[in-house]
Amino acid sequence: MAQTLFEKIWNEHAVVTREDGNTLLYVDRHLIHDLHFRAFAQLKAAGHSIREPDKLFGVPDHSLPTTAKSLADIPAGEMREAVEVLENESKALNFTHFSMTDDRHGIVHVVGPEQGITLPGLLLVCGDSHTSTHGALGCIALGIGSTEVQHVLATQTLWQRQPKSMRITVTGELGFCVTAKDVILAIIREIGTAGGTGYAIEYAGPVIDAMSMEGRMTICNMTIEAGSRFGLMAPDDKTINYVEGRPYAPTGAKWETAVDYWRALKSDDDVVFDKEVVIDGSSIAPMVTWGNSPQWALPITDAVPNPDDEPDASVRATMVAAIDYMNIKAGMPLADIVVDMVFIGSCTNSRIEDLRAAAEVVKGRQAKVRTLVVPGSGLVKKQAEAEGLDKIFMDAGMEWREPGCSMCLAVNGETLGASQRSASTSNRNFRGRQGVGSRTHLVSPAMAAAAAVTGQFTDVRKFAEEA
Amino acid sequence: MTTQSTVEPFRTFAAVAVPIDIANCDTDQIIPARFLRKASDDPHYARFLLHDLRFNADGSETDFVFNAPAYRGAGILVADKNWGCGSSRENAVTALVANGIRAVIAPSVADIHYSNCIQNGVLPVRLSEQDCATLRQQLRDGPGAEIAVDLETQTLTGPDQTSYTFEVDPFDKHRLLNGLDDISLTQTHDQAIAEFAAAYAVRHSWSA
Ligand code: SF4
Repeated sequence: MAQTLFEKIWNEHAVVTREDGNTLLYVDRHLIHDLHFRAFAQLKAAGHSIREPDKLFGVPDHSLPTTAKSLADIPAGEMREAVEVLENESKALNFTHFSMTDDRHGIVHVVGPEQGITLPGLLLVCGDSHTSTHGALGCIALGIGSTEVQHVLATQTLWQRQPKSMRITVTGELGFCVTAKDVILAIIREIGTAGGTGYAIEYAGPVIDAMSMEGRMTICNMTIEAGSRFGLMAPDDKTINYVEGRPYAPTGAKWETAVDYWRALKSDDDVVFDKEVVIDGSSIAPMVTWGNSPQWALPITDAVPNPDDEPDASVRATMVAAIDYMNIKAGMPLADIVVDMVFIGSCTNSRIEDLRAAAEVVKGRQAKVRTLVVPGSGLVKKQAEAEGLDKIFMDAGMEWREPGCSMCLAVNGETLGASQRSASTSNRNFRGRQGVGSRTHLVSPAMAAAAAVTGQFTDVRKFAEEA
Repeated sequence: MTTQSTVEPFRTFAAVAVPIDIANCDTDQIIPARFLRKASDDPHYARFLLHDLRFNADGSETDFVFNAPAYRGAGILVADKNWGCGSSRENAVTALVANGIRAVIAPSVADIHYSNCIQNGVLPVRLSEQDCATLRQQLRDGPGAEIAVDLETQTLTGPDQTSYTFEVDPFDKHRLLNGLDDISLTQTHDQAIAEFAAAYAVRHSWSA
């Protein structure tokens, strides 16, 4: 029977399948970050041990102040404790850990692919919803809760019910200055934040084919914002070239075997998806979100919508509340919204390509508002510095930081002030996400850079034309 | 709450229910990120639930529905669509449990939050948008009214004694009814896992 890419990988990992469809899946890679520092003591208290420590990889990211270079630089308390416990447990329990003094450390979803820990065909989990990012390499990657984290630690398996299948095909060709971030915001706007609930989403079509691995990761990253735990793309030459030579990727004869296997990993031509969505990539413009949900995204040329035009009462109420919380007005052009701060970073947009795109806009200009540029890993940071990007940002008066999650979740001491507004390259614009009372607008790195140098949302296309 | 042996079986549950009229209520609302490093036995854990909707900056209570005296001690939430979207933080469920909340009724519940609920003996009940709206209206009209849930028969009784049936995955139901923790359940498949892992390592030697 014809199968989807997802089903093929799923079946390859099915240890036990119950009659009701629930499946015990074998886990190839388990990534863990500092917010799960309590898991180890809980596991021990329950009398369990780690079944396959060589499949576990730890890295601190959420609790790192991006000014800190070592443990001693982290203020004493919960934040330091989280980072310290993870590091100590990695030694005691014998799993790989990239400490904050190691260039290989960074945001867990940047580090996995960068190190070749994430590979096509694998099943990878992490106690973090944005684990969907890794699916860009052609694997099943899903975010799990903390009880499930302990389950994987103890058994190297996970119970899951097979999701339905959805294919999102992005046709055409992206316009000038339109990026992966704009594509995924356009997709979420189209299908809604619950549109993917219960589905695994495979992305396909010429726009995805033409996209860099970084861009593909941005798309899969925000798949969870469309309600789906799984986003994935069939591995192609680009994927294989990306993986080749990475520290944890197979080598020699194993590499050859792997490549043969990966080349065959794709949905069968005659497979029928439970749901098909087609998006015209050529019609996508640079996007900005205006409300407290990633689905409230619009082209920069648009205006804040009028709730009165919305027929559904519950949606209307949400729109009214969002407009009030965000302190904007219906009908107001998005380009008139003034920002207090800009954040360029997060597992959505902190890879080298993202920093290059931002630097290109910033080059020779000055930031009008405070701007934090936070690379996704120590290696991204080094690469950016080798290319002189750090200098471009600093010359513009921006802050060039150490890697970490930083203002994406704002649990490392870096927050927006109450009622402050940001242009942010992260993935969530929920109320209070960047600090109590904070107002977040999601944009691409180039759009964030344009907002930084003008102090308000600006159509980056005009900007780039001027240059 | 994450200690595996403490999952409380769920059979029937009746409690005061509180209407939460927020569509797409994300887990950042259910528990703000700054509480994520707190231990689950923190004496203040109950306060973290919906914290920024319930409390002003000075710690005083807002007029959010959850604070109204009639709903004090509510054990059930009736929410709107896409409850629990966003972050995978299981702390959101810890905060529900810390308040004695054992069931969330909503038109839809986000996937990760749904599994986190099951893991902690909290039953997510999916009813139609219309039924949820009706229930929330009844709870607003009669604050302090109770809802009763029977997992065995998969039925729910509203404040006006209207009965609703709901769907639940058989495996989830089995685990909830028996308060089973997944690790011990999975360990009964220990042999199968070991055999699978050995065969897998041969089949995909490149993956090791
Ligand atoms: S960057 Fe943001 S979304 Fe990504 S893992 Fe860190 S906190 Fe989560």
